[in-house]
Amino acid sequence: MASLEELYREVILDHYRSPRNRRVLERSNAGADGSNPLCGDEVRVDLLIEAGVITDIGVTGHGCSISQASGSMMGDAVKAKALDEVCRLTDRFKGMMSIEGAADPGLDPERPGAVLGDLEALQGVRKFPVRIKCADLPWTTLEEALGIYESG
Amino acid sequence: MIDPARFRSDFPILGREINGRPMAFLDSAASSQKPAQVIDAMMDVYRNSYANVHRGAYTLSQEATEAYEGARRKVARFLNAAAPEEVVFTRNTTAAINQFAYGWGLGNLKPGDRVLTSVMEHHSNIVPWHIIARHTGAELSFLDITGDFRIDLQKAQDRFDERVKIVSLSGMSNVLGIMPPIGEIARLAREVGAVMLVDGAQMVPHSPVDVQEMGADFLAFSGHKMLGPTGIGVLWGRRELLEKMEPMEGGGEMIREVQLFESTWAPVPQKFEAGTPPFVEAIGLGAAVDYLSEIGMDQILEHDRQLTSYALDRLEEVPGLSIQGPANTIDRGGVVSFDIPGIHAHDIATILDQHGVAVRAGHHCAQPLMRHLGLAATTRASFYLYNSEDDIDALVDALGVARRLFGLD
Ligand SMILES: Cc1ncc(COP(=O)(O)O)c(C=O)c1O
Repeated sequence: MASLEELYREVILDHYRSPRNRRVLERSNAGADGSNPLCGDEVRVDLLIEAGVITDIGVTGHGCSISQASGSMMGDAVKAKALDEVCRLTDRFKGMMSIEGAADPGLDPERPGAVLGDLEALQGVRKFPVRIKCADLPWTTLEEALGIYESG
Repeated sequence: MIDPARFRSDFPILGREINGRPMAFLDSAASSQKPAQVIDAMMDVYRNSYANVHRGAYTLSQEATEAYEGARRKVARFLNAAAPEEVVFTRNTTAAINQFAYGWGLGNLKPGDRVLTSVMEHHSNIVPWHIIARHTGAELSFLDITGDFRIDLQKAQDRFDERVKIVSLSGMSNVLGIMPPIGEIARLAREVGAVMLVDGAQMVPHSPVDVQEMGADFLAFSGHKMLGPTGIGVLWGRRELLEKMEPMEGGGEMIREVQLFESTWAPVPQKFEAGTPPFVEAIGLGAAVDYLSEIGMDQILEHDRQLTSYALDRLEEVPGLSIQGPANTIDRGGVVSFDIPGIHAHDIATILDQHGVAVRAGHHCAQPLMRHLGLAATTRASFYLYNSEDDIDALVDALGVARRLFGLD
């Protein structure tokens, strides 16, 4: 069953089984909760932002392998990054997850130094449209946390 | 004894393959598939007898009206209602419960009064009561479930006192599959003078119902879960109560006379059917009722029970799997929810789908119950007359694939 293996790549299952950055931060200055009311996936993102850089991130919650692995990978991807770079990453990720993203040649997971790293393994989700919002959830929650931070 | 193979060919959609596999459709609790008899009955109206009902003096309108009212008579007979006028057509179960909640609750509840329901209800039998409680100052109270997934009758006794004015309870849980002792609870409701509605969304499609014996005063259900089309449901009520109940919607069809500053209502059931009704859908429901009646609801209940028994046995073979519901088939319909620690319900559903097996994953519109079970989501397989043991075998095989994929073997 080729496409199932495309969806459930080993790296995704690995992040699902041993999620990184899964902790409540002792010190944080931004955060948001996200959920998919239809399927019940829940994600909480906490951030410590110092001098325009995400110096620490905690991603907690529960849900399917795709939402939880996506959150785990997102934490790795944005930690120690400047906020404008995080914005670019978010756009890139969302682009990859959208149908048009399929044409982006920069997103070949086999290519060395792939821009999104482990995250590119999530490309297989695109073939399962109902699951795209699972992969997006941590990222929309991160965007919301940053929005609150910037407006507050 | 039902032979599902005999019925399968009546359901055109069941001949489809999904992802290269024969389809094992195990989500009838969400909505059932439709036999050609229902589809054809509706097409026949559109092709041959279509015109608005209750309005025209011409042949087409008379034919459509007769077919619509004929569908009402069929449903009345199916429920053993005292009269066809006790059958109100609505959009679905949700609309029927809302009609009762607004039409009965708004006028009859005062601050301190209680609406008694249960923790296992579908959102459509909880949220309307939240709204009505806010309007009236009435309070909600809830029947609990026991550790073995039954309505806690012992504790139920304490919930019934003279403050309880409305009891609104599901006749069959869409998650646990249990069928609470409606007669017993209706007796308790009567003793305190409460009016009782049964949410029959799952019960009516899957078991014989005799509203004159049931003991409750109202019954709500949907056509689409019982081989009928979407867009049609039923609120049955005792005539004297329907006559006292306020309509929730005003408009054409439901009036006797309209003045500039006031109007009077048509008799029941038209009083509750404002606007052009979904009469083609009602006729489709009539055809569904014919189809079910021909087989016999007791046969369907028994078929579901045997499949449930087989499913409970087979699912027990899956390591780690826990059934969320009774482990036996006593007072239980054809709904089996389960959880496999280590694989989320949505992942299970995706993997099953790749094997042609359609199941439901999530909270099943019963968040309070899920919270009670301590789960965010379950996977649910549900059965109907067209399902066979083969479908359950396909389910169990695909669960094996899911476990291997997630490294649980
Ligand atoms: C027990 C129960 N009540 C109510 C409903 C709501 O039915 P509908 O969506 O047709 O109004 C459902 C269907 O999901 C149900 O299972």
